[in-house]
Amino acid sequence: MSETPLLEIEDLAVALPTERGPLRAVSGVSLSLAPSRSLGIVGESGSGKTMLARAILRLLPPGARLAGAIRFDGRDLLRLSRRDLRRLRGRELAAVFQDPMTSLNPVLSIGSQIAEALTEHMGLAARAAMARAVALLAEVGIPEPERRAHQFPHQLSGGMRQRVAIAIALSCEPRLLIADEPTTALDVTVQAQILDLLARERQKRHMAMILITHDLGVVAGRTDDVAVMYAGRIVERASTRALFRQMRSPYAEALMAAIPRLDAPPHTRLSAIAGSPPDPTRPTPGCPFSPRCRYARERCRSEAPPLSADSRDHHYACWFPLPDRSRAEV
Amino acid sequence: MLGLIGRRLAYLVPVILAVTALTFLIANLLPGDLAIVMLGDQATPENVAALHKQLGLDLPLWQQYLHWLWGVLHGDFGTSHRTGQTVLNAIAGRLPVTLELLIMAELGGILIGVPLAILCAVRPGSAFDRTVAGIAFGSLSVPPFMLAILLIFVFALRLHLLPATAYVPLSDSLLGNLRSMALPGATLALLEWPTIMRVLRSDMISTLQEDYIAMARAKGLSPRRILLVHALKPSSLTLVTVIGLNIGRLIGGAVITESIFALPGVGRLLLESIYLRDFIILQGGVLLVAIGFVLVNFLVDMLYAVLDPRIRHGRA
Amino acid sequence: MAALDSAGKLALELEMPARRRRRLGIVFWLASSWIALVVALAIFADLLPLADPFAQALLARRAPPSAAHLLGTDALGRDILARVIFGARASLEIGLLAPLAATLVGTLLGMLSGYFRGRFETFAIGTTDVLLAFPPLVLALAIVAYLGQSVTNVILVLAILTVPAVTRVARAATLAIREREFVTAARALGAGHLRILRREILPNIMLPLGAYFLVLVAVTVVVEGILSFLGLGVPPPQPSWGGMIAEGRDSLDIAPHIAFIPAVAMFLTVLAFNLVGDSLRAITDPRRGAS
Ligand SMILES: Nc1ncnc2c1ncn2[C@@H]1O[C@H](COP(=O)(O)OP(=O)(O)O)[C@@H](O)[C@H]1O
Ligand code: SF4
Ligand SMILES: [Mg+2]
Repeated sequence: MSETPLLEIEDLAVALPTERGPLRAVSGVSLSLAPSRSLGIVGESGSGKTMLARAILRLLPPGARLAGAIRFDGRDLLRLSRRDLRRLRGRELAAVFQDPMTSLNPVLSIGSQIAEALTEHMGLAARAAMARAVALLAEVGIPEPERRAHQFPHQLSGGMRQRVAIAIALSCEPRLLIADEPTTALDVTVQAQILDLLARERQKRHMAMILITHDLGVVAGRTDDVAVMYAGRIVERASTRALFRQMRSPYAEALMAAIPRLDAPPHTRLSAIAGSPPDPTRPTPGCPFSPRCRYARERCRSEAPPLSADSRDHHYACWFPLPDRSRAEV
Repeated sequence: MLGLIGRRLAYLVPVILAVTALTFLIANLLPGDLAIVMLGDQATPENVAALHKQLGLDLPLWQQYLHWLWGVLHGDFGTSHRTGQTVLNAIAGRLPVTLELLIMAELGGILIGVPLAILCAVRPGSAFDRTVAGIAFGSLSVPPFMLAILLIFVFALRLHLLPATAYVPLSDSLLGNLRSMALPGATLALLEWPTIMRVLRSDMISTLQEDYIAMARAKGLSPRRILLVHALKPSSLTLVTVIGLNIGRLIGGAVITESIFALPGVGRLLLESIYLRDFIILQGGVLLVAIGFVLVNFLVDMLYAVLDPRIRHGRA
Repeated sequence: MAALDSAGKLALELEMPARRRRRLGIVFWLASSWIALVVALAIFADLLPLADPFAQALLARRAPPSAAHLLGTDALGRDILARVIFGARASLEIGLLAPLAATLVGTLLGMLSGYFRGRFETFAIGTTDVLLAFPPLVLALAIVAYLGQSVTNVILVLAILTVPAVTRVARAATLAIREREFVTAARALGAGHLRILRREILPNIMLPLGAYFLVLVAVTVVVEGILSFLGLGVPPPQPSWGGMIAEGRDSLDIAPHIAFIPAVAMFLTVLAFNLVGDSLRAITDPRRGAS
C-alpha cells in the first residue's frame, strides 16, 4: 500500500448521546484505503460498523460527537464546509445501506430518485438525467428499466430495490462506495447476486469500496483487505488472504466459527460466540473481549491490548494472539 | 383504488341515512307544538291547523320522517314559512361566503403552520422550536370569539387598518372583499395553524430519522430538496388527514366568525334561523352542513389515497 | 491505551450530558394553582365580600377599575369582579359536569366495546360515528335551539357531544390492555368478566382517561363560552364569561376592559386545564415521546 491513500482514518472516535450517558460507538479506529481497492469491515452486530461508515459520510445521528481525523483524497472531511461536503457526497463518496425496504423514498418514483443525484451533481437536464437513470437500471440488471423507472419502491422486491440503491450510488461514478450490510436484509438466494454485482461494478469503474458485513464469509475472496471490529475498535486488520490463512485474534477466530453454513437457516449467525458484547456506555479497563474470550488471562482484564503489526503488516490487538501457523480449514 | 372508492362510497350511504334520522330526531326534541312556536304571534287556530297539515305534524313520527326523507331525497329540504325561500336556495346564496372563509382559513393555516413545522423539525428542542411550540400550545387555548374580538380591537378599532363588519361581496370589488374577509380569515387561520404545525412537526421529526432521508443526504442533495421533497412529501399525507379532521372545528369557527364579523354565510344563516325560530331552515341547514361535512371527509380520504402511491396501487 | 483515549476524546465525553427525563415543571404547578384558585373562588363566591353581580349602578356604567369596583363595571354598571367570579361558577359547573358525565358513559361504552368486541362494539362505534358526522358546534347549536336554553340543557348537550371522543379513547386503551399478560393470567385463573373489567382493565385505563378528562374540561369551557357568547348558553342575566365578553363587545372601543377581563380569566383557565392535562398525559404516556 505505497500508493497515496484515497481514504485515511486516524484515531477516530464517535460518541452518541443516550439516556444512560455517552455511548462510545467507535474508539481509536485507524484505517487507510488506496484508490480502487476494497476493504471489508466485519464484526458482530453492535460493534460500531455502521457508526464508522456514517462517520465517514458525516451522517451521524443528531448530537453525536466525533474526534480524530478522516481524510478523503487529502481533504479533511471533519473540517469540510457543508457545501463542499454536499458536493463530495453522492458525487465522489456514495453509499448503499442495509435495508432496501427503508432506504428508498416510498413516495418518489424510482427513476426520479436516481435522476435527482445526476441533476444535482452532474448538471444534467431532467430529461437527460432520466435517460441516464434508465440506463443505470439496466446496468444493475433490472429488466424493463423504462417501465421500472416510473414505478415506486413498494412495487419492487427487496433484491430489486437494493439494485436500485446500487444504481443510485453508482450514478455519479463515485471514487469510493460504502456498502453497509447490503445483503443482510435480503433472501439468501439474492445475496450472492448482489455481492457479485457490487464486485463487478467496482472493477469496471475502478472504484474503491468498503463492504461492511457481520459475516466473515461475505468478504472471503471478495475484498482485498479485511478489518475486524469489536466493541467499536479494530481488533485485527490484514489482507483478506493473510487473514483467512492465519487469524491472530481470538475474536476473529470466533467470528470465523460463526460463519453460517449453507444448510443452516438464515439469521442463525454468531450463535457460536457465547455471551454478548460489553455495554458501550460503560467502558471497562482491559480487553473488551476478555469476558467472552476462551484464552483470556489475568493481564487481559486489567490492560487493553493495543493494535500492533507483525512483520507482514498483519495488525491485531491481543496480548495472547493465536500462534502464527497455517490452518487447514480455510 | 376503484375498490377502495367503492367501499368508501358504500359506507357513505348508511352514514348519511343515519345523519338524516338524527337530524330529524333532534328537530323533534322541541317541547310543545312546532306550529305554535313557529307561528308565534300569528298562532290562530286556523293558522296552526294549516301549518300542521303542511308539515304533516299530525302523522305518526316514523311517517313524518319518511315523508321528510322522501322530500330530502328529491332535493326538497323544506321552505321557510317566514321568507318563502327554499332551504337549498337559502344555503346556496350563503355558501360562497363560507367557502371563501374556510379556504382562506385553511390556506392561512398552512402558510403559517407548514414552514414553522419544517423549521422546528429541523432542530427539535432548539430555542426556536420550544418558542413556537409554546405559542402553538397557547393558541390552542384561545377561544375563537376571543381572538376575533382581539383582532377587531387592534386592527379595526385602534389601528383603523381593516373593517370589522362591513362585508363587501366578491362581485363588487375584489380588494374590498379581501379587506372585509381579512380579519375573519385571519381569526380562523390563527386557530388553524397550531394543529397543522404540531402534527406535521412530529411527523417530520420521525420522517427525518428514516433511512431514506439518510440516503438522500448521502446523495449530496441540497437541504432544501431533502426537506421539501424527501421529507415533506411523505408527511403531506398526515397534513391532509389533519386538515380533514379540523374541518369540523373550522365549520364551528365559521359560525362564530360570520356572526361576529356580520358575514352573510351559512353559519350566520343557521344562527339567524335559531334566533328567529325558523326551524325549517335550521333543520334543512343542519342536514346540508352535515352531509357536506361527510362528503368533504370522504374527499379527504380519497385525496389521501391519491397522494400515497402505496394505496394508489392497491395495497393496504 | 494512551493513543485510544487521547485527552480530546475524554473531554468530548465529559461535555455530553445524559438526556434528562421529563418531570412536572414550574408551569404545571402554576397552572394547578390557578385552577385551584378559580375553583375555590367559584365555590365560595357567596361567602366572599363581593358586590351583588346583578346590581346595576346606572351612574357608574363602564367605570374603569377603582377602589369601589376593583375591576370596574360593565355597560349596565354591574361589578365586573363579582360577575367574573360568579361567571367562573357557570363555566366550571358546565365545564366539569359535562365531561364528567361523558367520561362515565364513554368509559363504560369504550371498555365494553374494547373488551367484548363483536356486535356491541359495532353498535357503539357506529353510533359515535353518526355523532361525529356532524360538525360539533353546529350539532350543539341545533340541539340547544330545539331543547331550550338552560344550564342543564347545555350540560346535557355538551356531554352527548363529548361521549364519542371518550368512547374511542377508552376503547383504544382497553384494546391495548386486553391482551396483556395480567389480563390473560386473570382469565386463565377463572376470573369473571366483571371482575376483569373492574380489577384489571379499569385501573389501567383510568390514568390516561384522567389526563384526557382535563383536556376535555378545557374544550368544554371554550364551547360553553361560545354558546353563551352567541346567546345560546347560560341564559342572561346570569353571569357567564362568554356572555360577558359578548356584552363587552358593544363597548369595545370606549371600555375594552369589559370584554377583556372575562376573556383573560377564560383564557388562563382553559390554558391551565390544557397544561395540566398535557403534563399528566406526557408522564402517563408509556411511549414518552419526544415532545
Ligand atoms: N442512533 C443511535 N443512538 C445511540 N446509540 C446508537 C445509535 N445507533 C447505534 N447506536 C449504538 O452504537 C453502537 C454501534 O452501533 P452500530 O454502528 O449500528 O453497530 P453495527 O453496525 O456494527 O451493528 C451500538 O451499541 C448501538 O446500540
Ligand atoms: S487480549 Fe486476552 S481477552 Fe483479549 S482477545 Fe486477546 S486473549 Fe482474549
Ligand atoms: Mg449496522
